[in-house]
Amino acid sequence: MKLKEWKDRFFRWLDGEYDVMENIMDGSLEPDEGHEKRKHVIKEEHEKMKASGISQTVISMERKGFYQIYLAVAIVSCIALIGVLLYTVALLPQYGQENPRAVEVSDRYIEHGLEETGAVNIVAGMILDYRAFDTLGESHVLFAALLCVMILLKKDKKNMDTRFDDYHMILQDEYFDVSKDTVMREVGKVIVPCIFVFGIYILLNGQNGPGGGFSGGAVLGAGLIIFETAFGFELVDSVFTAKVSMLISFISLTFYSFAKGYVFFMGANHLHNHIPKGIPGAILSGGLILPLNIAVGLVVACTMFGFYSLFKRGSIGGV
Amino acid sequence: MDIIRNIPMMTIILSLFSGSLCFVLKGKAARFYTIFYEVILLVACGFVLWYIVTTGEAVTYSMGEFPAPWGNEIRAGILEALLAVLFMIIMICSVLAGYRYIDTDLDESKVNLYYALLNLMTASLMAILWTNDLFSGYVFLEILTLTSCGSLIVREIGRTTLAAVRYMILNLLGSGLFLLGVTLLYDLTGHLLMVPMQETIAEMAQDPRLFMVLTISTGILTIGLSIKSGLFPFHFWMPDSYGWSTPTSASILSSLVSKAYIVLLIKVFYRAIGISVFERMPIKTILLVLGVIGMVVGSLEAMHANNINRMVAFSSAAQVGYIFMGIGLGGIAGYTAAFFHIMAHAVTKSMLFLTTPRLAEVSDNSLLFKKLQSSALRNKEAGFSFLIAALSMIGIPLFAGFSSKLQFALAGVESGSHVKLIVVILALGASSLLNAIYFIRTLIRIYSDPHQTVHKSNIRTHHSLGYIFPMFILGAMNLFLGLFSWVVIDLIEQGLKMFG
Repeated sequence: MKLKEWKDRFFRWLDGEYDVMENIMDGSLEPDEGHEKRKHVIKEEHEKMKASGISQTVISMERKGFYQIYLAVAIVSCIALIGVLLYTVALLPQYGQENPRAVEVSDRYIEHGLEETGAVNIVAGMILDYRAFDTLGESHVLFAALLCVMILLKKDKKNMDTRFDDYHMILQDEYFDVSKDTVMREVGKVIVPCIFVFGIYILLNGQNGPGGGFSGGAVLGAGLIIFETAFGFELVDSVFTAKVSMLISFISLTFYSFAKGYVFFMGANHLHNHIPKGIPGAILSGGLILPLNIAVGLVVACTMFGFYSLFKRGSIGGV
Repeated sequence: MDIIRNIPMMTIILSLFSGSLCFVLKGKAARFYTIFYEVILLVACGFVLWYIVTTGEAVTYSMGEFPAPWGNEIRAGILEALLAVLFMIIMICSVLAGYRYIDTDLDESKVNLYYALLNLMTASLMAILWTNDLFSGYVFLEILTLTSCGSLIVREIGRTTLAAVRYMILNLLGSGLFLLGVTLLYDLTGHLLMVPMQETIAEMAQDPRLFMVLTISTGILTIGLSIKSGLFPFHFWMPDSYGWSTPTSASILSSLVSKAYIVLLIKVFYRAIGISVFERMPIKTILLVLGVIGMVVGSLEAMHANNINRMVAFSSAAQVGYIFMGIGLGGIAGYTAAFFHIMAHAVTKSMLFLTTPRLAEVSDNSLLFKKLQSSALRNKEAGFSFLIAALSMIGIPLFAGFSSKLQFALAGVESGSHVKLIVVILALGASSLLNAIYFIRTLIRIYSDPHQTVHKSNIRTHHSLGYIFPMFILGAMNLFLGLFSWVVIDLIEQGLKMFG
């Protein structure tokens, strides 16, 4: 029956009598009555659903068949992927039996990392010296994330609606301020300086031990967040305005890009690099690793605090 | 002239810097700065192309003092430089033709953020083109995902937010699979740089056990990148993302971002796996089949769209199918066709996405076909550019679309298999026919005026140079790719020799 209908349509299409896109592209500028009617029906249904208050349930009930199939396909494909990956892992060469070529890079990092980068922490030497290009990209990933969150959450005319019940209150930052808690304040007085000192320690010691820009920056950002929760927006805003935060990010990223650009340029052209490596183990060692760690740390701290502030009140530093 | 060897590295550094600079600039200043620096980048990439063509050798550039297997590296050949020039031209044209919509679609306070995103996107496009390292590829792929997601949500209407969420989920899945594939390859070979990895893989591929692992990891990586570039059956995020975003984003996402993923994929096949090892894997045939199905399904779905932007977006899905068909055919001819189609489609699709809002503007701001009746008569320059792009999409001789379809047919002949040849010719025929049906229908609709509604009063007489100039460039490039396709094909073939 269906097949015959299709066949019939196909031959009518060949003869030029039937038009496949009749209902899609055709139409006139006069209002289409059927369309209005359909729109009305849909609207009514929507209203009914809204009134009954079980819209979500109704929808899922209607599509139950679809969701069951969806669930089944999802489970099957997950199990298949797990199976394939387990099988692959089983086929991989065992530890210690790798191809000798497969370990030459890591061997070099471990054996010559200290003398070539000047950093006791091999990981820091690897990510900020051997493979600095990747880390340069990685710090801009954070920056791109900050841009996206700002676009999405920063209060503006398009994502604020005067129909909101608390529209005028949302505009004021005090609406979101919860720093009236005495316990929070007293604990904050003790804890915040410690967190900042610890964060700075991690930041400055990236080349000598575990730590570095990303982790130190995260601790600093967390410290800023606790500080803000304990003492309120006003105190933070008086120092850490939007402009300051943006400038810190801008200067750090620019410094990072150009410092690394200089190193790339000098290295690739076999020119002498004027950055001293220092004595391994001292604070001022590892060449560019320390300044780059500080730059990354500042960006991470600004980004973390920016996320928090945007999620909490839709602006950074009151702007 | 050895200073030119430094340019690829400088384009990346400069674009990253421009991203953070636009963050602190005001909206208008950010726009002027972006256009200014993109022109500089275009000239610089032109120099790179000229340098490589004259010296006849690819430029390998180590990022830092540590040479190949230990430090990062970038490499520029003819193909990469050619694509970089093309990408920059389209970037400039998209910004020039779309900035009016950026100013109206976005809130005033967020215009500079949009340009910052665009500049980061340029940086990652450049890095993906130049990179010679799988993990750098992954890092910049992440930036590309985030920035393209951001360029969707800037419009801040419900539909774009929904589209961006879907886009992000699928793209993150793709990134995750790509990372998984890279991890497995790294575990096996111990290298992340493509050239040493290829040497190690060539050794390992003799062992059937390890060849199996190689096939699985390459397959996972391929699935990841084909989700991101929108190959059938992963193309359903396309219409919403391209259809509702601001025109500049739609144009850049469809013609550059999804192509960058394909370029990276071909680079992995060619340079990291090694083309002779890859040809032994069954992945090639699967890509051919999916590409052919995508060509037909994308066109069929485009026919059912009632909104011109959705139609153009679905036709993008079909065009991605063409490119994957080229990869599936393999051989020099197949890859040449794929690269030529990347260029032809980039030039054509950006033109279409930049034109449709102009047509909608003179039709009550509606993209529905119903309202678009006779819109080309009301805005003549937009109508004419739509005409050129549509003829190229159908594959009328003189235009880029025809040359690329010819290349695919030739690749089918050179594949040496009758089945493949028949499949390719049938798919090309069916897809061209379907393209013709919906594009000619659209042309008739926008050019005919059965109800005599066009009066002097509603014809748009204000000609904006900011639109005519980029359209002229894109149209001229379209004609150039159509009429002098041999110049470009010659360059692509030379580039492919350097690519491996």
